[in-house]
Amino acid sequence: MGCNEETQTKKMRGLKCRECGAYYPLEALHVCEFCFGPLEVDYDYDYLRTIVSRERIESGPPNLWRYIDLLPISGENLVDSGTGFTPLLKAERLGERLGLRNLFIKNDTANPTWSFKDRVVSVAITKAMEFGFDTVSCASTGNLGNSVAAHAARTGLRCFIFIPADLELGKIVGSLVYNPTLVAVRGNYDEVNRLCAEIASTMRWGFVNINLRPYYAEGSKTLGFEVVEQLGWQAPDHIVVPMASGSLLTKVWKALKELHRLGLIDEVHTKVHGAQAEGCSPIVRAFKENAEFVRPVKPNTIAKSLAIGNPADGIYALQAMRESGGVAEAVTDDEVIEGIKLLAETEGIFTETAGGVTIGVLKKLVEQGIIGSDETVVALITGCGLKTQEVLTDRIAQPVLIEPNLRSFQEKFAELAVGKV
Amino acid sequence: MANTKQRVQLVYPKHLVDKPILWELAQRFKVITNIRRANVDAECGWIDLELEGEEEEMERAISWLRQVGVEVNPVERQVIE
Repeated sequence: MGCNEETQTKKMRGLKCRECGAYYPLEALHVCEFCFGPLEVDYDYDYLRTIVSRERIESGPPNLWRYIDLLPISGENLVDSGTGFTPLLKAERLGERLGLRNLFIKNDTANPTWSFKDRVVSVAITKAMEFGFDTVSCASTGNLGNSVAAHAARTGLRCFIFIPADLELGKIVGSLVYNPTLVAVRGNYDEVNRLCAEIASTMRWGFVNINLRPYYAEGSKTLGFEVVEQLGWQAPDHIVVPMASGSLLTKVWKALKELHRLGLIDEVHTKVHGAQAEGCSPIVRAFKENAEFVRPVKPNTIAKSLAIGNPADGIYALQAMRESGGVAEAVTDDEVIEGIKLLAETEGIFTETAGGVTIGVLKKLVEQGIIGSDETVVALITGCGLKTQEVLTDRIAQPVLIEPNLRSFQEKFAELAVGKV
Repeated sequence: MANTKQRVQLVYPKHLVDKPILWELAQRFKVITNIRRANVDAECGWIDLELEGEEEEMERAISWLRQVGVEVNPVERQVIE
């Protein structure tokens, strides 16, 4: 599929404020000057309908760039790290345990830095290069930093990652290995957060989730596109999505609606459900209280990659769940660990805590009768368990210890056979 | 010294929702406050605000807000992911 520059430019009208509808040019902007609402890319769907087809997408590369027509990219220099088009696996054994006949796992641990963040970062770094930035940056304690540092390394861009100074260095090896400049900021979490936003407004850098956020966030749509394409151009009955800022859920719902609007699928009946850990569940609480806004909270959960107490897209996630007929649900940290173990034991997929949240909430929704046994269900597994191994200490089986001789093994094997060990 | 501007989100906990915090801020500090979006209910309130003033005065104003229990965030909310 050609990435014709004229085609890619004509498809976008500009940036549009999600709150007041004001328009802005397609630049590195993210906040409306008038109402401070977030900006989003506005597409010309009438034009897109004339160029996008299932065949055009299917003839594209086996990665997220097969959906380039529906991504906010203008040029031809794509950052291809092999991100996307991750496996959608029929989960027979997990389905059996949960009482679901048509359960699928979207395994986004298969991305280059083992999380779905590679999708948003691929788009953001491509856009950073289009804008001519020589430096990219983010503030991150985990998956986002890993992905930005890796993509910067691949493209040769300078990279700055900001972290709170009291973060254990062990947490950021996955970023440091790509040799970014790592800046550890003294101060509490809120102070570090505000400083990073200030730095973003003063440096001419591409901050992937700040001044590039309108473009970055669109990368999440590819998860929704892929699910539908991999199901044979059918939208599932349910999708369970982990929520941090709420952006992923919002964009998965947007993806389904776009496919329908462009005539690529007949109907969208999918209920989009949001999952959080109880220790940081501001969006779930707002949903259950039927509130219009999300009240910030101080996170206290092992699910660190979802620990966003003041979620930027919380209200839009609320709207998406309500519009789709989905619900929001939360699980305890114990249920998170049980979810990680259940997925690993039944499907051979080792997920991080966010995936434990998704599986825990999926289980709850089945128990509550919200998801029926014959319905088609997709659970999004967004990150790899090797990143959060510490949560499983003392929660998994220990090795069976034997002496270095055959008799010792046979004795132990006999005990194992009768269930003594 | 030249004035600068900052965009911030103020989050009021329940016990401060009915307090005239912004009025007091304007009395204590030479800063201009310009509200762009806000929501207040019985449990919590937030305001997206533009603050304008000399840099040091704005820092003092923000420190005071934090001291009295108001959270001061960027309008982007949490940017550490």
